[in-house]
Amino acid sequence: MTTSNRSASSLVDASASALRATATDDSSAVARPSRRGAGGSKAWWAARRGWLFVIPALVAYIMFVVYPLFLGVQYSFYKWNGVGPAEFIGVANYLRVFTDPDLLASIGNAFILIAFFTIIPVSSGLMLATLIRSIKPGPFSSASQAILFLPQIIPLAAAGIAWSWMYAQTGAVNQILTLFGLGGITRPWLGDFQTALPAVGLIGSWVLTGLCTVLFLTGISKIDSALFEAARLDGAGWFREFISVTVPGVRQEIAVLTTITIIAALSSFDIIYTTTLGGPGRSTLVPGISIYRIGFTQSDVGLASAFGIVLMILVLACVLPIQRLSRERD
Amino acid sequence: MALSRPRPNMGSRQSLVRKSLLTIAMATGAAVVLAGCAPGSTATAPSANPEDISTELTTEDVELTIADETGFPVTQKLADEFTKQHPNITFKINLDTFANLAANAPKLMASDDAPDLIRLPTIGDTVKDGLIANLDPYYDAYGWDTWAASQLAPLRVDENGVRGSGSLYQVGLGYSITGIFMNNKLAEQAGIDAPPETLGELEEDFAKAKAAGLLPLMAGDKDGVVNFAIQAAMNQFADKSEFASWIFTEEGATYNTPGNVQGAEMIREWADAGYFPSDINTIDYATFVSRFQGGEGVFTFNGNWAAADTQAKMGDDVSFFLVPPVEADGGHVAMGAANSFSVPAKSAHINEIMYFLNWIHTDDAARQIVVDVTGAAPGGDPAQALPEVEPGSLIEDALEMSATVGAEDGQLDFMSNATAGIYAGSIIPESQLLVTGKITGKEFVEAVQKFYEQELAG
Repeated sequence: MTTSNRSASSLVDASASALRATATDDSSAVARPSRRGAGGSKAWWAARRGWLFVIPALVAYIMFVVYPLFLGVQYSFYKWNGVGPAEFIGVANYLRVFTDPDLLASIGNAFILIAFFTIIPVSSGLMLATLIRSIKPGPFSSASQAILFLPQIIPLAAAGIAWSWMYAQTGAVNQILTLFGLGGITRPWLGDFQTALPAVGLIGSWVLTGLCTVLFLTGISKIDSALFEAARLDGAGWFREFISVTVPGVRQEIAVLTTITIIAALSSFDIIYTTTLGGPGRSTLVPGISIYRIGFTQSDVGLASAFGIVLMILVLACVLPIQRLSRERD
Repeated sequence: MALSRPRPNMGSRQSLVRKSLLTIAMATGAAVVLAGCAPGSTATAPSANPEDISTELTTEDVELTIADETGFPVTQKLADEFTKQHPNITFKINLDTFANLAANAPKLMASDDAPDLIRLPTIGDTVKDGLIANLDPYYDAYGWDTWAASQLAPLRVDENGVRGSGSLYQVGLGYSITGIFMNNKLAEQAGIDAPPETLGELEEDFAKAKAAGLLPLMAGDKDGVVNFAIQAAMNQFADKSEFASWIFTEEGATYNTPGNVQGAEMIREWADAGYFPSDINTIDYATFVSRFQGGEGVFTFNGNWAAADTQAKMGDDVSFFLVPPVEADGGHVAMGAANSFSVPAKSAHINEIMYFLNWIHTDDAARQIVVDVTGAAPGGDPAQALPEVEPGSLIEDALEMSATVGAEDGQLDFMSNATAGIYAGSIIPESQLLVTGKITGKEFVEAVQKFYEQELAG
């Protein structure tokens, strides 16, 4: 590895999201001073040549990620309809986010969705992957993998519409329930105040389980098979093997999947938009829908930006500890 | 069994925390710096110079751009007819869904390639921000003072941004009217022999239908359309001008009036009596229309725009009439509104587009298209002959209903047009609670008023 490559990589690390920070950072930091001390202007150029390679990505990143983020922060301190003159109102938008019961309730709903977007798919994905691994490789195993992954290739918006038909009063879900003599519990699942949020959440579980399963399968296949053999020789049953070999082996996958599914839950929009629009009442209202309405329908760009920033901080607050936990065990 | 557990890498952990803190600090710092320069503009509208105003159509080739909502084919048909009569004028019509168009309208009008005409259901801040043209000079030039003033009033905005009076900022492509559709066959089955004359009779008819094992009232509230029924009930009890002043966002106006509460409580009673479909909160506009047309429900609340299609599906088995008043001799009150369009202030062809708008209201062929395609009244001068329609058709009924409401001065705008955010933000979620018996009429009215005050203040 040349000096320029190394400094470029450390620069990318530093400028990219904090999630990507790695140990290479520290090693390059140690390497740099000794090399720089060795040379004259040639080395000076060599050290800075890395910037040339980074600049295109850096410019795009600043223009399309950093600058809009700053604008969002700026807008959040104003009362502005997106077109006319703006008025600086300090933290009033943030106070509104933290005091408006409807907005707070939408944050609460997003956290309930974590159960359906994260806990169910990650745990069932892990179990399915273990099961698939235990069956003999062949057409059946590949077919089940393919089928499990299928929901992932369907756009969420389309899944939402299809599921809203199935959940309807005369839809497939109620037909199946009636077939099994459960006609008594049939209802318009998305129109019922008690069942709408779980029903929407299960669409998310359906979509995300496939992704989790496939990622866990790759994770399990990377575990040294000697570990499984050793466990079996030690007399471990399948459960002991699962807890002591499989789960620790896919710890990184668990961290990654938990991270992306929590983000999917907290920033969910498309499934809700195509199924319930936040209803009935506000029982499935989530921050994504609220922000869209406040910003684009009510044209209150300031409040929408403030809510967006709060949502971003919430996501970071949930996701950063997971990153730290997964690293701690490495 | 013992699997080795590596020690945590403290270095990367600390750098991670440090970087997160750094990022937040940078963002905050930048925000403070940026707070110095406010976003947005203070541009005011270039008002049309009186000397530039012409009621003569140009002989040059001009392409007019119209931004319209999907599912509203009358604009295209009018444009085709206009180009046939005046070949030098052509049209480019950009269609988008109602929700998208409403959300993007201000930005679209503020952009450099603003359209010449735009469907604008809610005026909001567009007048204050100087985005739409003041049409008063054209009102004078074309002599629109002969047109029905009550139809134009909701299209006016005064200097405080309050609708209902002031300068003219919008024109309608057809003026809609709402009422009740009745399935004649099912009504007969339930022992209902004629449309109700009073609100009390309507409630008796609901009870008869329920007793006959029929669904009394087809309605949906996934997207808020049950509010045709809710406002229809309120209209009969409320003071019309008080209600109108609320819709037009007059200072100090309130939704929390005894009439509105009484109307909302009536809806709650209908909900408790089981007059609505049990899955009402999953039914959207298209679904409730097709279910009514398919023979489910004795009555439904809808507008003239559904008349032609309903007639095509149900033939003579359907009637269309105004919502009955509380007392048999009381005047009718019905929601109705212009399919309102505005001319962006940035349009380079205001003279041409105004000629087109005047033509829609005065040319016989154009008026015929408006009536045939939308079933809405063509507006314009009431003295001008109405287009011919098929005798006994629902469209004929709709035109008569418009005339009755016009004569009785009973037209009221849709309450969902009061502010840009009130429909999705408050009326829909609260009505979903009301029609399933979760809140009282009083609570409904109070919640909507609270949101209204918040939105107007914010």
